Amino acid sequence: MSTETPTLVIEGLRVAVEGKEILRGLDLTVNRGETHALMGPNGSGKSTLANTLMGHPRYEVLGGSVRLNGEEILGLGPDVRAQKGIFLAFQYPVAIPGVRLGDFLRAATRATQSEQMSALEFRKRLRQKMDMLKIDQAFAARDVNEGFSGGEKKRAEVLQMAMLEPSIAVLDEIDSGLDIDALRTVAENVEALAGPEMGLLVITHYQRLLNYVHPDHIHVLIQGRIVESGGVEIVEKLEAEGYESYMKDLPAAELVEQGAH
Amino acid sequence: MAVSPRDITTDYKYGFHDDESTYSYKSGKGLTRTLIEEMSARKGEPEWMLQFRLHALDVFLKKPMPKWGADLSGIDFENIHYYVRPSENATRSWDDVPEYIKNTFDKLGIPEAERKFLGGVSAQYESEVVYHQIREDLEKLGVLFLDMDSGLREYPDIVKEYFATVIPVADNKFSALNSAVWSGGSFIYVPKGVKVEIPLQAYFRINTENMGQFERTLIIADEGSSVHYIEGCTAPTYSSDSLHSAVVELVARPGAHIRYTTIQNWSNNVYNLVTKRALAYENATIEWVDGNLGSKVTMKYPAVYLVGRGARADIISVAMAGRGMHQDAGGKVVHVASDTTSTIISKSISKDGGRTSYRGLLKVHKGAENVKSYVRCDALMLDEESRSDTYPSIEIDEDNVSIEHEASVSKISEEQLFYLMARGLDETAAKTMIVNGFFDVFTKELPMEYSVELNRLLQLQMEGAVG
Repeated sequence: MSTETPTLVIEGLRVAVEGKEILRGLDLTVNRGETHALMGPNGSGKSTLANTLMGHPRYEVLGGSVRLNGEEILGLGPDVRAQKGIFLAFQYPVAIPGVRLGDFLRAATRATQSEQMSALEFRKRLRQKMDMLKIDQAFAARDVNEGFSGGEKKRAEVLQMAMLEPSIAVLDEIDSGLDIDALRTVAENVEALAGPEMGLLVITHYQRLLNYVHPDHIHVLIQGRIVESGGVEIVEKLEAEGYESYMKDLPAAELVEQGAH
Repeated sequence: MAVSPRDITTDYKYGFHDDESTYSYKSGKGLTRTLIEEMSARKGEPEWMLQFRLHALDVFLKKPMPKWGADLSGIDFENIHYYVRPSENATRSWDDVPEYIKNTFDKLGIPEAERKFLGGVSAQYESEVVYHQIREDLEKLGVLFLDMDSGLREYPDIVKEYFATVIPVADNKFSALNSAVWSGGSFIYVPKGVKVEIPLQAYFRINTENMGQFERTLIIADEGSSVHYIEGCTAPTYSSDSLHSAVVELVARPGAHIRYTTIQNWSNNVYNLVTKRALAYENATIEWVDGNLGSKVTMKYPAVYLVGRGARADIISVAMAGRGMHQDAGGKVVHVASDTTSTIISKSISKDGGRTSYRGLLKVHKGAENVKSYVRCDALMLDEESRSDTYPSIEIDEDNVSIEHEASVSKISEEQLFYLMARGLDETAAKTMIVNGFFDVFTKELPMEYSVELNRLLQLQMEGAVG
């Protein structure tokens, strides 16, 4: 893998859901080792981007391109994308009754990693990662997301990320539904995993997550387009003025058309 | 043999069959008095058993076909070999089993399983048990584990005392048929207080085309004893049908515990019409762990009669129906005594146009107080052309009872599939994982070796299912 090739390059991405265009020409580049935060109000297209990057069949790509380590991935199924190194931490992870988290992780690591681990190596690594993330070992014997609290679900997502070691991880509202203690734990876990090898795209509505996960770049997504990119000064602006200041800049016609409020 | 495309199944790995030229006896097709007399004579049975059989034949001929359940119109009773005897006697050494039969059981992994983790093994091929062995330590404790024919020969008093007392001849048309032509099956007696910690297994194999296999099993667990019995079944894939119609009777004396596990994996040309029933006396426990993965048609509803205070019944029934299959399965519990508890859990999967039905009965007799019961049936349909129905029947004649009943029908959700695929699993692997998880309540009750095998079977079925 060339170190010069950015991990994730999104160009002119246009996506519709049920016939309605949500992303309307989105550009974004994430390099290895960088953490990017994508911020936006409800309905701006944040989750649409996350799901589209992972290849959810209900999201219809109208145009543009997404390259992962130099390779176009938009035509690929979610399983192939995962195998090529993209990871999505879900906003609403679904339960898979009767499937133990440990067994699920075993199948997922087998599917995504070229070097196959023995059962023993796998267990050792799982134990290691769980220790690192301060997750109780008993967690692996529970059914995937079944009866998990909000915090447990998000921590399980981060554990999966730790085990799969993707080249780019997209965290879709990893902070939603968490109280402040759970949020801190999850964010610390994410920080612990962010390293020079992985690109991180953190999608969030609220600034509070960024007190714990420290992005290099911040982007503001309004109605399907990135309207501003920069550093932490953007967070300060948002804290002071909210998303209102960005909405004001949009032509009134677009606001009506998009149904934004 | 003509083979139509429907019969070529690539995902059924037990579809091979052996040459029959060395068989010691094979009856012509059709069911007659003469056949039964000849059969009974060859087996050297006592007169009472011959009379029992002949009476059962009359009952069978008089009883109409069931008007409910699966479509049985494809069964031609005139086109079945009712008694096929591959070799003369059951042996206690694999070395004495005819080579071709031993090869078959080798392919099915039976001798290996016996060495590794079983307390006893019975292997039935066609109508007769060809191999039978029990571990010496269990034998010394007085545990009897024989094929039913040997049981009748060697322990006629016990057999006569219990035979057909749990399931009378006239219970239904197929119990009558079995009573007339039964052959093979297992006879188990566990003495008072003896706990058999490792499972005993019987393996049933049909080889001949248009074969009828009618094994008869009787398990008696005396006071305070316990036993776990496992049965597995396979058959070759033929273009025309075979019939498997067993009768299984369990008696759990006070405080006894019987677990009966079935992994039924008949090829898709077998009608599997089985009557299974247990009597549980005071504080006894019966567990039916019943898995139905194969056959063309299965009708089977393991039943427990809770006749003693404090008795308990646990039934787990799972079924998977693929193309051309109908699994009509479930469980029945009858609470006759007070302070009895039961759970029935049914899980079914239909795919490729297959059909599953849950059929169950929960009955509480007048005077059976403080009864607790929980019934749950879940159906998972993998595509639009498949079908699932539930026919629960609940009859409560007592007020002081606690009954819960839950049912669900679902499909694999797009979100579950996307979630698993987002972790790198392809569509087949993702669906297989969801299916395995759905059956987990059954799988986790199996000894480890069997749960691994079951998951492998499910995987094979799923690979055949997803294009």
